[in-house]
Amino acid sequence: MGTYLTQIFNGISVSSVYLIAALGLSITFGLMKVINMAHGEFIMIGAYTAFVVQSIFLNYLSGIFSVYFIVAIPVSFITAGIIGYVLEILVIRHLYGRPLDSLLATWGVSLTLQQLARSIFGAPNVDVKSPNWLNGGIQVISGFVMPYKRLFIILLVALCLTGVYLLLYRTPYGRRIRAVMQNRNMASSLGIPTRKVDAYTFALGSGLAGIAGCALALLGSIGPTLGSNYIVDTFMVVVLGGVSRLAGTIAGASIIGVGDTLFEFLTDTTMAKVLIFAVVIVFLQWKPKGLFTISSRELDD
Amino acid sequence: MNFLSRYLNEKRRPAFALVVILLAIAPFFLSDFRVNLLGKFIAYAILALGIDLIWGYTGILSMGHGVFFGLGAYCFAMYLKLESSGFKLPDFMSWSGLSSIPWFWKPFTNPVFAIIMALVVPTLIAFIIGFLTFKNRIQGVYFSILSQALAVIISVLFIGQQAYTGGSNGITDCNQIFGYSLASPTTKVVLYYVALALLIAAFSLCDFIVGRKMGKVLVAIRDGENRVRFSGYNPTGYKVAVYCISALLAGVAGAIYFPQVGIITPTEMGITPSIEMVIWVAIGGKGSLIGAVIAAILVNALKSGISDTFPDVWSYFIGIAFVLVVLFMPNGIVGKVSEFKKKKIKFLK
Repeated sequence: MGTYLTQIFNGISVSSVYLIAALGLSITFGLMKVINMAHGEFIMIGAYTAFVVQSIFLNYLSGIFSVYFIVAIPVSFITAGIIGYVLEILVIRHLYGRPLDSLLATWGVSLTLQQLARSIFGAPNVDVKSPNWLNGGIQVISGFVMPYKRLFIILLVALCLTGVYLLLYRTPYGRRIRAVMQNRNMASSLGIPTRKVDAYTFALGSGLAGIAGCALALLGSIGPTLGSNYIVDTFMVVVLGGVSRLAGTIAGASIIGVGDTLFEFLTDTTMAKVLIFAVVIVFLQWKPKGLFTISSRELDD
Repeated sequence: MNFLSRYLNEKRRPAFALVVILLAIAPFFLSDFRVNLLGKFIAYAILALGIDLIWGYTGILSMGHGVFFGLGAYCFAMYLKLESSGFKLPDFMSWSGLSSIPWFWKPFTNPVFAIIMALVVPTLIAFIIGFLTFKNRIQGVYFSILSQALAVIISVLFIGQQAYTGGSNGITDCNQIFGYSLASPTTKVVLYYVALALLIAAFSLCDFIVGRKMGKVLVAIRDGENRVRFSGYNPTGYKVAVYCISALLAGVAGAIYFPQVGIITPTEMGITPSIEMVIWVAIGGKGSLIGAVIAAILVNALKSGISDTFPDVWSYFIGIAFVLVVLFMPNGIVGKVSEFKKKKIKFLK
């Protein structure tokens, strides 16, 4: 009993990590049709930001060390967001309408950022010391413990999701994003500054990746390639779920997260990856554009 | 002579002939070590031709060509490993606790079978993946992501199956090929010229395809797939075909790469090398066969020059170069050269 509950909980936990990593990606991809290969590096930036905040607290504010993580989350969001904004202005903006080129250019950016991290923080991994209140867990029944860290991440993801939902569906800014997503030319004709929307949304997506990095910092050590370890799975989430609705990302992340855990439980880690890939390929036979799509009569999109 | 002048009429051909002549005389001037290195770059150039065909001409970005390259290399490496261990159990298998050669390794004791497999396996995998994706009109970035996932999965799989593939160490320590020592300089020079011959064959194949109707359809698919469809062509067949051809070329490249370098690891099949291969084509100029060949050789020569002494600098260099090339030189070196020529002609007029 405990084993199965643990597996289910792990499945949800893995899904939540994928979800937060994929959230920003699916928004920018849905809006700008840009696959940001450097998304993983924004995750890495978030994680290193958490590390820096921790070091600052350790050295100067050790009295209130236990709250550092709460501070680290918004700081990561802002840091990654600003770098994302700069990247949009410098590179992505000039590649609009050339999705494959922007994909390659962002990959170049990702290489550079990884090397930058290596130069600044050194090649060996660093560790974030999680605050005391995140250690331990709730013992539900014997053999099934819910670690606080995992619960905290699930909660964090839920908060981010709610935030993004409110932003997209309850604010004028969100209305603009959705309008541009559905029909860029029409939105532009009606006076929506699409370029500005793009830039802010890209910053938002990068910021969300920063929060994801913060969360991942709790689960393991931080290295320059932290992001690239997650990026492929994250892309699969986006492809599977479709890009136009939040529900798609949630569904994609759940399927891949739970599937990953399930297959891993039944076979082993490497076979799980292969099986998930097979599932995605087979699934795309049925729905080539992912689970959730905006129906459109446009031919080339 | 008439035929020759007509053949050389196409601009890329005299340029390629020049490259071939330079490569052919290179062994007389370079040290054995450099010749071996150059032979490796020639293998890369064969690979780059395949990528240019699918990306430059057809507009399909495959980020998993390392897989096909690696599979070609592994297939041939399996034979060489068996030959080097006297057709007994290879060392890494006994380390992993196997007591007999696995069934799928057995046919690889035959060199002809191994060489055929080095061509067939990559092509077949490309066919399966290509058929399943292109049939459903999965295009653009979606295909790129899937091809990238393929690269991750195959490399993870190869690392995981240590007993059968040598794990993350890959296949290495082969010392002979068809009874000749791999370490001897003569063998190396012979391999070099074999690689050069394969490059000529690969170029001729691509040149042939590009010059025919098929080449025109490929370019049309790149520029407007739906228009091609409305004109009565089915792009699926063409796309699957070009994917298979480029996988085949990658397999050939892998097969000639391995005996020269002597090691193939799952890392070579991962995302990073796969995308780096795309960079060569981007720098050379997509949609230009000669650009792909030249850039594959030049970029790698530069890489071996820089990365041995300053590995950090190389990462920055390749990352930034890539961004700049995509932003400012969408048609690569060849594009810049022809732009420059046009300007000059205008000026002279």
